[in-house]
Amino acid sequence: MRNTRAIQPIFELAKAGRRGVVPPPCDVPTTLDEAIPAAFRSDVPPSLPEVAEPDVVRHFTCLSQLNMSVDTHFYPLGSCTMKYNPKRNERLASLPGILDLHPYQSEESLQGMLELLYSLQQMLGEIAGLDAVSLQPAAGAHGEMTALKCAAAYFRDQGRPRRKVLAPDSAHGTNPASAAVAGFEAVTVKSGPDGFVDLDDLKAKLDDETAVFMITNPNTLGIFEKNIRTIADMVHNVGGLLYLDGANMNAILGIARPGDFGADMMHYNPHKTFSGPHGGGGPGAGPIAVRDILAPYLPAPIVAFDGRRYRLDYDLPKSIGRVRSFFGNTGVLVRAYCYIRTYGPKGLREVSENAVLNANYLLSRVKHILPVGQGDRCMHEFVATASKIKAEKGVSAMDLAKRLLDYGYHAPTVYFPITVKESMMFEPTETESKETLDAFAETLFRITEEPAELLHEAPHTTPISRPDEVRAARSPQTSFPE
Amino acid sequence: MSYLFNTPDDQRAMLAAIGSGSLDELFAQLVPADSRLNRELNLPRALTEQELTEHMTSLAGANVAATQKPCFLGGGAYDHFIPAAVDALASRGEFFTSYTPYQPEVSQGNLAVTFEYQSFVTRLTGMDIANASLYDGGTACVEAVLMCMHATNRNGRVVIAASVHPEFRQVVETYLRDLECELVTVGTPDGIVTADDVAAACNDQTACVFVQQPNFFGCLEDVEAIGKAAHAAGAMFAVSVDPISLGLLKRPNEYGADIVTAEGQSLGNPLQYGGPYLGIIACREEFVRRMPGRICGETVDRRGKRCWVLTLQTREQHIRREKATSNICTNQLLFALRATIYLSLLGPQGLRETAELCARKAAYARGKLTSNTRFAQRFAAPTFKEFVVRDTSGEVEQLLADAERDGYFAGIALGRWYPELADSFLVAVTEKRTKAEIDGLAAALSSATASNKRTPAHA
Repeated sequence: MRNTRAIQPIFELAKAGRRGVVPPPCDVPTTLDEAIPAAFRSDVPPSLPEVAEPDVVRHFTCLSQLNMSVDTHFYPLGSCTMKYNPKRNERLASLPGILDLHPYQSEESLQGMLELLYSLQQMLGEIAGLDAVSLQPAAGAHGEMTALKCAAAYFRDQGRPRRKVLAPDSAHGTNPASAAVAGFEAVTVKSGPDGFVDLDDLKAKLDDETAVFMITNPNTLGIFEKNIRTIADMVHNVGGLLYLDGANMNAILGIARPGDFGADMMHYNPHKTFSGPHGGGGPGAGPIAVRDILAPYLPAPIVAFDGRRYRLDYDLPKSIGRVRSFFGNTGVLVRAYCYIRTYGPKGLREVSENAVLNANYLLSRVKHILPVGQGDRCMHEFVATASKIKAEKGVSAMDLAKRLLDYGYHAPTVYFPITVKESMMFEPTETESKETLDAFAETLFRITEEPAELLHEAPHTTPISRPDEVRAARSPQTSFPE
Repeated sequence: MSYLFNTPDDQRAMLAAIGSGSLDELFAQLVPADSRLNRELNLPRALTEQELTEHMTSLAGANVAATQKPCFLGGGAYDHFIPAAVDALASRGEFFTSYTPYQPEVSQGNLAVTFEYQSFVTRLTGMDIANASLYDGGTACVEAVLMCMHATNRNGRVVIAASVHPEFRQVVETYLRDLECELVTVGTPDGIVTADDVAAACNDQTACVFVQQPNFFGCLEDVEAIGKAAHAAGAMFAVSVDPISLGLLKRPNEYGADIVTAEGQSLGNPLQYGGPYLGIIACREEFVRRMPGRICGETVDRRGKRCWVLTLQTREQHIRREKATSNICTNQLLFALRATIYLSLLGPQGLRETAELCARKAAYARGKLTSNTRFAQRFAAPTFKEFVVRDTSGEVEQLLADAERDGYFAGIALGRWYPELADSFLVAVTEKRTKAEIDGLAAALSSATASNKRTPAHA
């Protein structure tokens, strides 16, 4: 029952003379020639497709139906925290008094929004156990870079610039990439098979050129770093700073605070932890929280409150400067605010408790099917390996992932972290039921019993199967030919 | 709790299955005692949906929406009309609650949208390659600058016009500070940059010349001459554009741009107090492997069926780590989707008409507002949908506050970025502004003139 015509590229649906939205007639007497000299004008408008409004509605509706999403499917994509996105937050973020605010309105006309953002700064500081917050960064990686620039400014201010940023080999690729963009040399620290940082290697690489050690905790294997306090001491003893990649905050809300276990700065991923919808790959946001010694370097403005009135404080003479235009990804921040206010302190802890319980339960069901190197316990996610089934049947993690799609499940993250062979990273989140987890584990088991040939060619029921990525990269065609 | 499933019975059963006596016991095994928080977070209490709705409605009521008063604010974020179909389609959960197409078989909707978005951007700009989008117009500028530095292998200097959005310039400055690259800002006393001044600012280590068209003041730059000056110095030419203006103005390929960036908010995206917005970037083909972020490409599946995938990923951080072209990981697909729907609805004719409406209404407003003797056009250069007004009494802040009280978001004071323009403000006119609103604004500003002359406190 798929409408195959409607999902053709919109250029193929077009016909000269069709119109969608028609702008109103001009109500001022000024002519175009009076407005703009002909020398600046193009003779013809861009060659956009000409389609009617019903074409557009059917095309994009049918396209949407080709996606898996949290609203429609279990989506245990490790490291991405694909939890339920509350409908109330969408409605509230769309109130005209929230949505239709121009970034350069007067502060007088923004008191409600500034109050919300000020409260969010306070709440994110409390959850982090850190002193100051910037809401400006646009995404997690952007938050990493912003915080690293604050660190660079801090060391420069001390008259002793430092050039190195360390991160474990199990870290997200954004960590070393952000270090490079912030002007640092990225240095890799080994981690053990359990995902813990190799303390000997860390010790060997820490020196007085080390500005920052970036750590993800719980780590990318979903294990809380047992030596985190020791690591923090080691970093601080050489005068360095500890950065927490907050990608996995969903495991520790109200349970452990980065500032308490030694982090000096961190970013949040509100689109993960605080349920901002992922939007097909963005927008996110990447607010950062820092210890007081780093507060002077945060990007301006910060929202301030004098007990009577909220205002934007640009008076940060040591600030690293702006990292984006306008205030920040406010729409995502508003949803994060709604989320935190919905749960409150007890509720946020329950979020993490149930995220961790669900992950441990799923681990207990999956480990008999696919070995989980880290043992019987995890935080909010765990990494299994398809190495054994690959050796026995020639079935890879990718084959299993593709076959899951046939059964109506989004695949887990595969081939990350790069430290585990044939890795499959499962993150069920707290917004799934025991029944869903049971059914998923049973399906995974059933798949491992299926013939290898069937799995190599999976998926079989999706609109397409196994696109030729080599061909796409060899002669890239990235737009519809004119 | 509304979004949680586990009943106490579920929890007991699951704990038993994993061999743990309680949640406390489980966490005691997982998190060392010296790292655990032994108190409740100090946060406000939980709110039910009804309570939260009341609370948010009250906060919203403490703001004045740009839709409540005629909005003449611009400066990179504009009050354009958003057709209903944009909201209706983009709010579908299958778009809204999906993620990056790591599994292309179940992401063809998002990938097809990305491919169409890239196609629209190349057709708007005349460039060969567009990526799947960046965070916003400001970070798009910096990514363009970094591309130029890599592509030219010149890391010494970047030349930027003072007429580029001051916040875009601040972002570039922030990024370049730790990369030991000099940012040279070329002055624009007449509202536009001259090719001679650009040429004088370039040296043999200049990676790129960056201008904005129309620029922050709304003025139209002599982009062709500036581009020639950049290329004569061996530098690349990068331009930030207003995508709506491309319905009417010459496209960047016609004047020699190598890289084009834009703030895509204008294309069907709400103002939402500054973000999330849409960072547009496009380039000539030879720079494709320097492009940051995600790129969608066409291919076939194992049965030979046409389909789309993320491609050229060896540029990206998850593979190249510190050697990647950028640290960017996400894009802004939801807003790229909105832009794609918006442009589909408008089509070539609708975009042309929208751009013409902006230009004609802005020109009308420019004449109307400066017909009062207190006000003057600050710059003589032609403009698109924004222009700078000089208040000869030099009381811009008070004037704008008075106008807001009288029911108009009248403009943006420029003194905070340009001390020499402390007597001036920026006015934007989109297709949404009616003649009646423009006449009303002119009258309100005139009455402010009268009251200022009468009231000694304002003198």
